[in-house]
Amino acid sequence: MMEVDVLVIGGGPAGLAAALSVKEEGINNILIIEREDKLGGILNQCIHNGFGLHIFKEELTGPEYAQRFIDRIEENKIPYKLNTMVININKEKIVTAVNSVDGVLEIKAKSIILAMGCRERPRGAINIPGSRCAGIYSAGTAQKFVNIKGYMPGKEVVILGSGDIGLIMARRMTLEGAKVKCVIELMPYSTGLKRNIVQCLDDFNIPLKFSHTVVNIKGKERLQGVTIAKVDENRKPIIGTEEFIPCDTLLLSVGLIPENELTKCAGIKLSKVTSGPEVNESMETEADGIFACGNVLHVHDLVDYVTMESIKAGKSAAEYIKGSRIKNKKAIVVNAQCGVRYTVPQYINPENVKDNIDIRFRVSNLYRDSYICVYFDERLEIKIKKRILTPGEMETVTIRKDVFSKYPQCKNITIKVEGDLNG
Amino acid sequence: MNALGNQMFDKLSKELDFPFKRTGSLVVCFSIDEIEILNRLLKQGEENGIEGLRIINKDELKKMEPNLSDDVAAALYAPTAGIVCPYEMTIALAENAVENGVEFKFNTLVMDVKKVSDGFEIKTSEGKIHTRMVINAAGIFADNINNMVSRNNIEIIPRKGEYCLFDKSLGGVISRTIFQIPTKMGKGVLVTPTVDGNLLIGPTALNILDKEDVTTTNEGLEYALNMGKRTLRELPMDKIISSFAGLRAHPVNNDFIIGEAEDAKGFINAAGIESPGLSAAPAIAKTIEDIVVNKIKPNIREDYNPIRKGIPKFREMSNEERENLIKNNPAFGKIVCRCEMITEGEVIDSIKRPLGASTLDGVKRRTRSGMGRCQGGFCTSRIVDILARELNIPITDVTKFGGESRLLTNKNKDGIE
Repeated sequence: MMEVDVLVIGGGPAGLAAALSVKEEGINNILIIEREDKLGGILNQCIHNGFGLHIFKEELTGPEYAQRFIDRIEENKIPYKLNTMVININKEKIVTAVNSVDGVLEIKAKSIILAMGCRERPRGAINIPGSRCAGIYSAGTAQKFVNIKGYMPGKEVVILGSGDIGLIMARRMTLEGAKVKCVIELMPYSTGLKRNIVQCLDDFNIPLKFSHTVVNIKGKERLQGVTIAKVDENRKPIIGTEEFIPCDTLLLSVGLIPENELTKCAGIKLSKVTSGPEVNESMETEADGIFACGNVLHVHDLVDYVTMESIKAGKSAAEYIKGSRIKNKKAIVVNAQCGVRYTVPQYINPENVKDNIDIRFRVSNLYRDSYICVYFDERLEIKIKKRILTPGEMETVTIRKDVFSKYPQCKNITIKVEGDLNG
Repeated sequence: MNALGNQMFDKLSKELDFPFKRTGSLVVCFSIDEIEILNRLLKQGEENGIEGLRIINKDELKKMEPNLSDDVAAALYAPTAGIVCPYEMTIALAENAVENGVEFKFNTLVMDVKKVSDGFEIKTSEGKIHTRMVINAAGIFADNINNMVSRNNIEIIPRKGEYCLFDKSLGGVISRTIFQIPTKMGKGVLVTPTVDGNLLIGPTALNILDKEDVTTTNEGLEYALNMGKRTLRELPMDKIISSFAGLRAHPVNNDFIIGEAEDAKGFINAAGIESPGLSAAPAIAKTIEDIVVNKIKPNIREDYNPIRKGIPKFREMSNEERENLIKNNPAFGKIVCRCEMITEGEVIDSIKRPLGASTLDGVKRRTRSGMGRCQGGFCTSRIVDILARELNIPITDVTKFGGESRLLTNKNKDGIE
């Protein structure tokens, strides 16, 4: 059986940054396993720009961003296996993987970094009734056809969901010669980034209809059109508001789900809110020596944050191998309340916090002129004014290490949205 | 027919290598008053020769199926009931038929059936066919075919059934097929594990007019889910991965129409085969076989092969079996559908075998690629590539299920001046 110090599952942005960070800490026996035929993950099909503003202070395309990490993987001679899929992880950290060359591989890992990314929510998950004809794709599937294969899934397009991939694909399909008729969003606000709404829809005069959904799909063989309708405050379609839009393509951008089937194999429980494992300040899951980073943990809007999180996961895995990390003792629980949906991490051991720690979270609704408040037990410690908070954009609060020393007995940190100034 | 067909499944599924599991079934009722109905069903079942039937009280029921709703009062238990994969079974039968010399003509519309002196003349969209006998197994269109040749007109009503399919993580919630007390529209909405480990809820039952309408409806899916919620203690809606509808061939006279047409000897109907038609199918086939053999008195074929071997299922193998499979053919080491763990080797086999797949849905029904929780999000582009390569066709000619169901319309930038 092959033995490694750190096994990284997934060669996308999270896995690459984590592996490099492990290597930088002086650990050499690393292996990255990637199921696709090249490293880079989903960035390879994200040929638009806007990546890297935080990490590299410049604007890169997805493949360019990925290449910077791939080059360093090659320079550092970090081994990887392509076209290889992990099919099981057991509690002893023995990983089973499959490929055409090695057949069935069993690898014993001292530490594992989970970086499998996420998948798109399919049509079935939102149960849109109607025909099951050709021409209905998730936005990412269409993106692969257009950007990797050079083929168009259709000519007249309606997009359901204003998630970032849907917005990006509205622009891509337009540039490649399709007519994008509109983007339909169930919620009264967008779940994508503001800059994508401006650059991908407004600049191309593509209408965005809030509080609408698709209620029927028509077409025997190829899609012929969709019926949309306005929804009420309970997100139920309002009778009488139906409108038929002829189109041959429906793209769905209705959410991403962290892909954690392997995590479950390892016996790790998943958070009901994020669908990912819960982690502590070191990105360590409840299973000793198994770390997680990137979209497998929670869905990010910016790859830069994935990279930051993954560097930390890599560092922690290296420290775990070296035995220099302080073991889980009594961790502080981080609670999400009053408009905060979840936090990552969910637990903090202050001893392992170096200079400061970033807590990332999403809000559950649109808030204007409000405050993000951080409580150490009952004591309000941090209060940050926010002009706008939206579910589509991930938020961060940074806590300095010295704050923890003020509260040596602290058991709970609670993050809330407070004081909508306009009532 | 149902009871007889049921008994034939063990042998048939082994010979033709399709999944069949005797899981047992339960008809549950929700009040003590309804136990009377269960007793009637029990008596009826026993008269039909079904073995092992018994009424089960709430305590025992909750031990057998702990995730049933707390409102269930009692159940009728049928240990011999089983589940199959209906499309795998159909494909297995068809492949075996090809092996034994049966010819298939697809995309061929029957326009007329005429009785002639030594048999029948069938006029089709692809030319005329002369035959000694006709077996009418045209499903919801069996009435059209029968009425072309027989004055004993029959009428088949398409009865739509809608289903919701749940993620495999819910497959273990129940281990038997759970019925509610049947209504006059049939056996009602059931909740069942599938042979592949998903949870399936449905079907609804609604008579419709259009014989080609297999769309799902908001009302139908909602009804099925509400009935499912009545049976189960908990039904996590975020675990639905797909929904679909199909049409049963409901005969107006309420019974299977099996046998020779009186005014067209040699024309044999297998019409109006609605539920439990799938279980009854092997027994119906035997009945029809007897009629044909009696009539034509054919010689027994020495080379008849009852055995069909299915596509290897990588997902169900031990690691040792997988290792051997990959050694012999490296394509079995490349997983193309991550959710269902389907390899490129399986996809290629599904295209290359007798009556092989030529469309995305064809590959899907033969291999399960695209049937998992991402519903083809990741594997569609790969399967399209493999289909184009193996069939040697342009990628824009690959369809979802034939006809105009093209998956890709044109190259990027086509039509831009």
